Amino acid sequence: MAESYGVVSRRIRLDYTYTTGAASTRFLKGILQKKLLGQRCPECRKVYVPPRGSCPTCGVATRDEVEVKDTGTVTTFCIVNIPFPGMAVKPPFAAASVLLDGADIAIFHLLQEVPVEDVRMGLRVQAVWVPDAELEPTLESIRYFKPTGEPDAPYDTYKDHL
Amino acid sequence: MRDVAVVGFAQSRFVRQDLELNEVEMLMPVIHDALDRSGIPQKEIGFTVSGSCDYLAGQPFAFVMALDAVGAWPPIRESHVEMDGAWALYEAWVRLQCGDVDSALVYSFGKSSLGDIRDVMTLQLDPYYVAPLWPDTVAVAALQARALLDAGVCTERDMAAVAVRSRRDAKSNPSAQVTGDFYVEALLAEPYIASPLRTHDCPPISDGAAAVVLAAGDLARRVCKRPAWITGIDHRIEPHGLGVRDLTASASTRLAGQRAGVAQGKVDVAELHAQFTHEEFILREALGLHLDAGVRVNPSGGPLAANAVMVAGLARIGEAAQRIIDGNADRAVAHATSGPCLQQNLVGVLEARS
Repeated sequence: MAESYGVVSRRIRLDYTYTTGAASTRFLKGILQKKLLGQRCPECRKVYVPPRGSCPTCGVATRDEVEVKDTGTVTTFCIVNIPFPGMAVKPPFAAASVLLDGADIAIFHLLQEVPVEDVRMGLRVQAVWVPDAELEPTLESIRYFKPTGEPDAPYDTYKDHL
Repeated sequence: MRDVAVVGFAQSRFVRQDLELNEVEMLMPVIHDALDRSGIPQKEIGFTVSGSCDYLAGQPFAFVMALDAVGAWPPIRESHVEMDGAWALYEAWVRLQCGDVDSALVYSFGKSSLGDIRDVMTLQLDPYYVAPLWPDTVAVAALQARALLDAGVCTERDMAAVAVRSRRDAKSNPSAQVTGDFYVEALLAEPYIASPLRTHDCPPISDGAAAVVLAAGDLARRVCKRPAWITGIDHRIEPHGLGVRDLTASASTRLAGQRAGVAQGKVDVAELHAQFTHEEFILREALGLHLDAGVRVNPSGGPLAANAVMVAGLARIGEAAQRIIDGNADRAVAHATSGPCLQQNLVGVLEARS
């Protein structure tokens, strides 16, 4: 004989106000001016984008601000085929690590205006920004990256950033 | 057992809310300060362990970001506990007993200001019978305070006196948040937050970080003139259900104190993780630190002066150790607690000679 079990729903909700921190605040404010700001480590000289105020390999504070370009190289990518709730773009689409010109670590973003089968390591891409009036302090102010049409970057130019 | 000592300690200035810096930015200078004081370069540290709580940050794996402050390259031996940094220190002490590494960096951090800390802490309670009532930390502590008052262990006046002493002593602590000269009568005239607790009976809400450097044997002797040797350390836990234990006493603190060897010598300084004024009476009794014993309790001001959740316990160990390192004490007790109403307690004994 099947027993019936009671079910109790107990809602838990906690609200948080997140502090981005000094370095991220600089980066997000830079986005409002369509600038991509990184920070350089005083010891290893690497440029981190987005900046965190610290170099994760050296464990020291990064204070020197460096503006990097909104063009870059695809170092790696994946093709998303399966839809999931809340996804803004219809699959299949390419998500890529883009090494911005001047940066030493890649950022993660969407690739559009390129057939997914043509996406490859070394592809040269540029940011497509939202209209100026829609700029917000978020990486979503860049809608996506699209190919520049340049020849692919040689492997040597990004092999240390994989 | 290997001799292990505290050879460096640093903490941030505790504040109600740090709007400018995130956890990593808050933590980095503290880690560098502790390492500088220890005399051990970062890259020579044998083991790194931290204590923090994702529920404070509102993010899973929030502690991983903190490694940016450490410089985990080449890859390091590292661990983490979702506990106050005092337990990270306990893990570091155990790790150093293995004998293959001679030093450890222990750090903890927390920004209680990001959420409502009183509600966040409610989630540590029994999820079926207690948490749905949302009793916050002050209400839960008030249950224990009421039991103490009814048992005649202390009075509200005694509790206010603890707050007055703590805030006064905190004046000489540059890291403290709540400091100043207050008067028992004025404090007792304030309304209850959750009877019988008033504002002064409760800890402040604090953002901050602390770091301690441990070193074993000869390394400690080489880098530090007067290491604070950990001669005993023990941790005991009781059931978390408030109704199954006697709230007027702390059996786990008593046992941990015995095992750590508190009574084996004179105690000059005791840094106790008493977040509420009434808890000091329970802890003193459990550790045998009676009022006439000449021991200075919480000369730093204690958690009533600054209470960054996840940090305050480690800060107690650091404060006790620093007094030994500075030559202001020969033997100290440090205590850390976690869980509702002093559910689990860690006791350490630090001495100037190993």
